[in-house]
Parts: sequence; structure tokens; C-alpha cells
Amino acid sequence: MTAPPASRPAPDSSSAVPAAGLPSSAVRSAFDPGAAAARATDAILRDTLGAAHRGVVVDSPPGAGKSTLVVRAARELAAAGRPLMVIAQTNAQVDDLVVRLAEKDPGLPVGRLHSNDPDPYDKALDELPNVRKSAKAAELAGLDIVISTAAKWAHVQGVEPWRHAIVDEAYQMRSDALLAVAGLFERALFVGDPGQLDPFSVVGADQWAGLSYDPSASAVTTLLAHNPELPQHRLPVSWRLPASAAPLVSGAFYPYTPFRSGTGHGDRRLTFGVASDGSGPDRVLDEAAESGWGLLELPARRTPRTDPEAVRAVALVVRRLLDRGGVATSERSPGPVPVTADRIAVGTAHRDQAAAVRAALAELGVTGVAVDTANRLQGREFDVTVVLHPLSGRPDATAFHLETGRLCVLASRHRHACVVVCRAGVAELLDEHPSTEPVQLGVTVKFPDGWEANHAVLSHLSEHKVSWRP
Amino acid sequence: MSLISTLARLEAVASGRARPLATVRHRRISERPLVLVPLTTAGEAGAPLGALVGTDRDAPRLLTVAQPRDRDLRFAFLGELAEAVLPYIDAYTDVIEPAERNETDPETGKRVKVEVELCVDAPQLVVPSRPGIDFVRLLGRSMRFRRTAEEDPETPYPAPPRVPLLGRWLTHYGERARVPGSSLLLATTDLLNRHWATGQSGLEDQHLGALLAWIDPPGTLSGAEAALLAELERDRDGQLACPPAGPATDPAFDNRLLAPAIERYDRARQELGAAEDGADAEERLARLTAAERHIRALLLGVMRPTWDAVWHGLDLLRQLPEGARVEERWTRDRWSFTGHRDRVRAGEPPQPRRDDAVTAAQKLASRETALAQLAAAEALDDPLVLAGHRLSGEAFVGEVTEVVMAYSEGKRPSPRPLITVRTDDRPHLGERTKVFRSLDGKPQSAEFVRYGDGPADEDEAGTGTGTGTGTGTGTDEDGTLVLRLTDRMGRSKEPAPGSVPEKGDRISWTLFEHDQRGGPKLPDPEETPWTHGGPPVREGTAEAGPDAPRQAPDPVTEEDFL
Repeated sequence: MTAPPASRPAPDSSSAVPAAGLPSSAVRSAFDPGAAAARATDAILRDTLGAAHRGVVVDSPPGAGKSTLVVRAARELAAAGRPLMVIAQTNAQVDDLVVRLAEKDPGLPVGRLHSNDPDPYDKALDELPNVRKSAKAAELAGLDIVISTAAKWAHVQGVEPWRHAIVDEAYQMRSDALLAVAGLFERALFVGDPGQLDPFSVVGADQWAGLSYDPSASAVTTLLAHNPELPQHRLPVSWRLPASAAPLVSGAFYPYTPFRSGTGHGDRRLTFGVASDGSGPDRVLDEAAESGWGLLELPARRTPRTDPEAVRAVALVVRRLLDRGGVATSERSPGPVPVTADRIAVGTAHRDQAAAVRAALAELGVTGVAVDTANRLQGREFDVTVVLHPLSGRPDATAFHLETGRLCVLASRHRHACVVVCRAGVAELLDEHPSTEPVQLGVTVKFPDGWEANHAVLSHLSEHKVSWRP
Repeated sequence: MSLISTLARLEAVASGRARPLATVRHRRISERPLVLVPLTTAGEAGAPLGALVGTDRDAPRLLTVAQPRDRDLRFAFLGELAEAVLPYIDAYTDVIEPAERNETDPETGKRVKVEVELCVDAPQLVVPSRPGIDFVRLLGRSMRFRRTAEEDPETPYPAPPRVPLLGRWLTHYGERARVPGSSLLLATTDLLNRHWATGQSGLEDQHLGALLAWIDPPGTLSGAEAALLAELERDRDGQLACPPAGPATDPAFDNRLLAPAIERYDRARQELGAAEDGADAEERLARLTAAERHIRALLLGVMRPTWDAVWHGLDLLRQLPEGARVEERWTRDRWSFTGHRDRVRAGEPPQPRRDDAVTAAQKLASRETALAQLAAAEALDDPLVLAGHRLSGEAFVGEVTEVVMAYSEGKRPSPRPLITVRTDDRPHLGERTKVFRSLDGKPQSAEFVRYGDGPADEDEAGTGTGTGTGTGTGTDEDGTLVLRLTDRMGRSKEPAPGSVPEKGDRISWTLFEHDQRGGPKLPDPEETPWTHGGPPVREGTAEAGPDAPRQAPDPVTEEDFL
């Protein structure tokens, strides 16, 4: 069995726009990404500022300007005189939003509600004159916008409900987390990426599967189950993903809600100052620079999770990328910009793998590269990513490793190129492990399933394969 | 599967015996558990076939259903089960001790301490396997909404007295079994699998006979040989020497022995009904009784090996000393038991069919907390479990080689001593990673400063924001690392005596927390927000109206007529 070809767009994509759900005439005519995105944004803001609905849901594919939308909606709501609370999922996301808001509108009074832990927020916030920080919601009362994490908001009690809320990364928020904060606002804009990792629970939650308010489901699932009439919007353009990646990610992970890249082929380029030395890592880097994708395939072998060879290969690719003086050209800046360590990320499935890669990088003298699991890389953006394939070297393909969102996150963090390091034999492994999760009554089946998405990505990657025996 | 359990399994394969995964017992085994070995009827969901139940390993009480499709017999079985189980539960409800509980005063809204009763011990149910727990849950669900003639004289099919009450208790136990680390309702296979690793697959580990064969093989057989026999050995009639631990039965038993016996019983019953005179009836009754006795003997024959296996498993587990923190978890089980006792006594209705949104969220949160607590407690109780965490970089054990006093900045400097630790472990430490040790049973935290034992950079030590020059290298040669102790040293400038490690101390540090902060307070069910469908409509309450249907039937769809 292989992936159905329909879900795999051709590598050359300028004409192969995913067409499902869109009238083909609209697609064929000259597509102006900026205008399409602006139309979507206008419709979203109209529904958000209008009084017709208690909630608005916005689905945003990777890098489609979700944060920009949140910032814009927040400013417009504040300008309309509606006290606004913003709920994000992590402190890093909260701080990032605060900084973006202050960049756009330095005079806007913003409150950063934070925890009582030491160093609860990014020190950069101290530089912003109109940002007030406090661990007590009451001290931030009256500010136009108050921002915090869902976890912190859940402990806020005894305050007047806010007129409006923006829930960021709502697909990664668990239903029970929304339950804890939903009493704080009257109406809300929910923004998120349905293709990324679903929230999860470390204990079994099967007994509630199929209930509309299953506490382990995502906040949006519960929200829409109870309020199916809410308007749902979609951002149609990914500004992050290059033209080489958007069709694959769209086809493999968003088959029914396609999107396309904001840039065309040739708008972005990745080049190296130093020529290839012919080694595996160098060849795969050249392939990735050329095509946007590279698969460094090591010999098939069953390994522990922290496969030393694969880990070292990941570290070597990063080292060579830096050594060869990678330079990225894009629409962002007039000239080429060096790809420095902070523009590179390494993604893994497990924390111990991330730790092993960090150690391997340190051994090679590389610092400053973000190395993390898919869960923690969600919402972040880099020029080049190096991914340790979740199924590499495994004897089995569990639901965890097959999860669609995990692969989607790992395959959609980059602006220029993505290099995947993997042991051979994953396609066979997939065929030996079709998904066997029990079907739960009342649970909407998610498409595509991880098995199919994995095959789609793998078959695309195989066209950019560099075999290497370390 | 963690690296250490993979290793234990490999060792088990190599040695032919199960290998220990724990050096102490991590669950409470009651002095007087009630063992329940249930059987269910093939192809008839929720129709019990029989059970062995009791607290005396030599004298189980045998309950059987001669014709499982006969609802009267089924009810009689449940009535007998209630008579067997409820006196055992009742024996614990009145042995109490005074205790205190925090409650919110409904008038002032303040947290106040309330004097309450706490049962000194709690009844413990042990079943052979995990499907047994599911069956307990199923029995609970099928019984708790039944009405007895006493409760409702109009009810067309009244349940025997106390059956609904047993249903509520089994439901409570079934729910409690989902809380990680709880010991009210235990599956023997789960208990054994927690404490030993065998050389077979996880699926095979669900077979109680095969599992015991690995842990305690009879005679000179190796674990693998004994397990194979337990799985496959059949007598001349094709019957398994080690019948399944239930509740499902072996098809060979169903087809060759049970089905003919039930047929014989059915025939005898029919004939009895058709009896014409007294003498005839008496003879036919004798035949019926014989047929029933035959079924009872058959069922006893397939349940008794499981019964003995459960007690054998309990014996093995009792040989392990109990972990230090098991008592604490058992106390929570006692609270759970007492709480349900109080709800029953207060006349509350049975547990609803489905949890409402708030209850579901609360249960999930408390189970996640319990799981984190359990993982930490097992690691602190058991060096072998800790070794697993050390191997995966989540903990380390090291000797303190140096303690340098330092203070935090600010108006009132607090002690922040720097502890140098030498360890052979390779913990996954990053800049300012928090680590914890147990100090008099309470967690004390520290943060990672840097690798190496060079002289402390004074600035860095003082500000607490040092970049940790050595961090991230992770490959320190001599295995020394510097930690900054951050709490539990008292309020004064000098740390409280005994709160700072001394040179030469050997200390276990974990990268995970020992305690779990409780989750946020959720709204009352009556204040369920619009995102979650608003407040639930309670069955049979005033809002639902007295005539409201108990539950709307599923709408008829086209598929119903396919």
C-alpha cells in the first residue's frame, strides 16, 4: 500500500494549486495572495466586531499570519472600546504577543498577567513603557488589553467578565482548560491551527470519548459541538512556508482546506558560501537548498529512541549548514541574510531525543540552535529545520508516532528548507502497522489520518533522498 | 517502554525467569481482600455466567447462572452477589476515626476545617485481570439504576433488595480504579506487571497463568516453557489446563461442555413444567437439580484455577515490603470510600449515566495529578524505579563535594548556597533547570548552575541570572555539577539546621517535581459556560420537569431500515 496519489501534489507546484473545495476558475486565474489574505481578514474582523455571534473560529494553516491577525483584532477591539482579554497557551506565546502589540501600537495600554514563579515573563517586557505587569488581575483592571496564559487565567476569580476575549492556539487548548476560563468573557475569537498537535492527556480519557465536552478534546471541538452555528473562517495563505513546501503540507495535512504559499518559486533562495565536500550531510543540504526538502537516509536498523548515529547525523547536518555559510534570500530583506544558529531548529518526537541532539551539538561546538520536541516547536518559525523522523529506527508505529499533528509541526516550521534524518524502512514499517485505534462512537474522525499523512510526506521526501552510511 | 524495563525484559528472556521492576510493593494489599473471579456468557453482553467470591482462599463462594439468558436467574445471581459482597463492605463503614477536612463555608465563602469521619480501613476488591475490572464496571452500570419493589412498588421487574446498592458500590470502585495508584479495586495482572518484567509480550502478560509462570515457574521449567504450557496445554477432552482468567471463557469449554450442560438443564426445566403428578414432578425436579449441579461443577472447575492463581499472585506481592508512600495513597482511597459511604447514607441518587462537563474535567484533572504524584512517589520509594529515571536523564544521584554559602540579592538576602555534586549519571540539565530532593519527606528545590567544579564566579552566584557558562555542554568529563539551593531553608539569614546538604552527603535529585499543584477551581456545574453547552439538565429534577423523559431515545435514522 502506498499513499493515494491524489493527496500528494506534484513537486512543481506553481500550477498544482490544491483545488479541493475551491472553484477551479478562481484558482486558475492569477492568484494574488495578499488580496486573498486581506479579504479573509476583513471578513473575520467583520464577524468579530459585529454583534451577531458569541464566537468566531479562525483556522489558520502554518505561518498564515495568525499572530498578525490576533494583534490586529486586539487593536481593533480595543479601539472599539471593548475591554479585551487574550488567552494564549504558553508564556512564550504571551510575551511574543505583548511585544508584537507594543511594536504596532506603543501607546496601547497592555496588561501582562503573570504567575508567581521566579522570572515569570520575558525581561524584554520591562523595556515597554505602556505594558503593566502583575500577578493579580485586579491590578490590571481597566487596561485596554490584558494578556496571559490559559493556566493563569484559570485562577482568576471574582472579577467582572471581559466583553471580549481572543483565544490563541485554540486547537492546542484542552476543552477542560476552556471550561475553567470561559466564565471570564462574554464573547470570543478563537484562532488556531487545526493541523497541529491535538492536546493530550497522560491518563486515559476514553470514558468521555464521544461526549461533546470530552475534557481531553480540543477547546474548538467542544465549542463547535455546542455552538455549531458559529462562523468559521480560514486564512488562505501561508507566508512562512516556501512554494516548495506549501503544496506538500497543504495536501498531506489539510486535504479539505487547502492553502498556498504567499511567495512563489524563486522568491526564496538558500545558498552556501562553501562548496560541498561530497559527504552525506553536505549532499542533503545541497538537495534541500535546491528543492526545499532533503531526506538523509541512514541504513535500516532498529535502534533505541536516542539512536546515536541518527542523532549525530542531525548534529552534523547543522554543523555543516553553519560551516558552509548558508545564506538565505527572501522577500523579507533586500539582500541575502546569513543563516545563523538562531535561524535553525532541530525537531524531534521525544524529549530524550532532543536532549541527545543538544549534547551532540555541544560536542560539535554548536550553540544557539533551538532543539526541541514537536510540542514545543509549535507556533515557531525558522529558516531551516532539521528533523529526526518520529518513526526512524522504530520497531513499531504507535498512535503517538503516527499522530498527524506531530509530523505536520515538524514539517512546517521552515521558511526555506527542511532536512529530515531517518533510517530506511519507514515505508515498510508503516505498511506493517496500519492504524488500529478503536473507533469511538460520536467522535469525529480526523482526516487525514497519521498513517496516510506519513506516507504522503515520505513519498515526497523520497524524491529528495540522499543515502548515507555514517 | 523505558530503557530499564526493556533491559529487564531482555534479562528475563536470557535467564528464563521474570526480573523485578521494583524492590518494594507500590500498591496496598489489604490484610483481608475480597477476591472476585467473574465469568461472563459468550455472545451475551453483560450476562454473568458465574463467580467465585470471598475473603477466604480455601472457601470461595460459588455463584452460578444455570441459564444466563433467563433474567430471573440473572437477578437471583446479582442478589446473591450482593449478599456476598455488601456485608464485606458494610463491615468497614462503621469503623471510623475522627478527621478534618477543608470545606468552603457556604455563608462566608471561607475555607474552614470541618470535623468528619474517616473509615479506618477500606474494603479492597481484587479481580484476576483488567477485563475483570471492566466487568465490575459493567455490572455496576447494569445494577445501579434498578429499582427494588420497596423503592418503587409499580416497577414491572423489581430487582432483589440491595442489588441497586451493590451497583452503586461497584460503579464507585470501577471509577476509582481509573485513578492512578489507587488500590480499592485491583487487577492481579496489573499488580504483577507493575512489579515484574517477563520475557513475553505485553499482550501475553495479560494472561494471568502465563504471567505467573514467568514469575514463579513450577518445578524445573523455565518461565518461557511454563508460560507456553499455561497458554496451550489441554487435556484429552481438549480443555485448557489453565482456563482463561475471565470474564471471557474458552470457546472449547463453551462448545463441548457448557452448551450441552445448559441444554440438559433447559430440557429438565421444560420437563418439570410439563410434569403431571407429584411423583413425576419430584423425579423431574431431581433431574433439574442434577443438571444445575453439573453446571455448577463445570464452572467451579474453570474458575478455581483462576481463584488460586489470584491468591498465588497476592502471596508473591506480599513478599515485597510495602513502599513508604503507599500508606498516603491508601489514605486517599479511604477518603474515597468514606465519601461514597456518606453519599449513599445521605440518600443521594446513583451516579449519573454520564459525567457532566465539570465533573468530567475535575476527574481528569485529579487523575493527572494522581499520576504525577504516583510517578514521583514510586521513584522516591524505590531505588530501582529511580534507576530507571537516572538512566533516562530524569534523575541523578551524587555525592556532595563542596558547599559554598551564597545569598540572593535584594533588601533581605536569603541563603542560596551553591552545592557541588559529583555524579556518574548523565541528567538532562539545561540552564536553570530545576531539580528536587526529598528533605524530611518534603521536596526541596535547587537549580542547575553549571558543570564543573571550578571556582564560582561571584557575580553569577549573586545575581541568580548567570548564563551558566558551562551549560548545554552536557559532556562534562568528571561528572561534577553545581546546584543552587533555592528553598526550605527557613526565613532567617542563616539556613535552618539540617536544611543544607553537607559535604559527603549522598543525595538523589530528580528533574521532576515531587508534588503536584492542584488544578484551577472549575465553575459549579450549574454555571457551566456557553462554550460547554451551559448547565446540564438533571434527570428527574425540577428543571427537567417531573414528566420529562429520563433520556430521549436515539433518533431513528435511515440506517435503521437498511
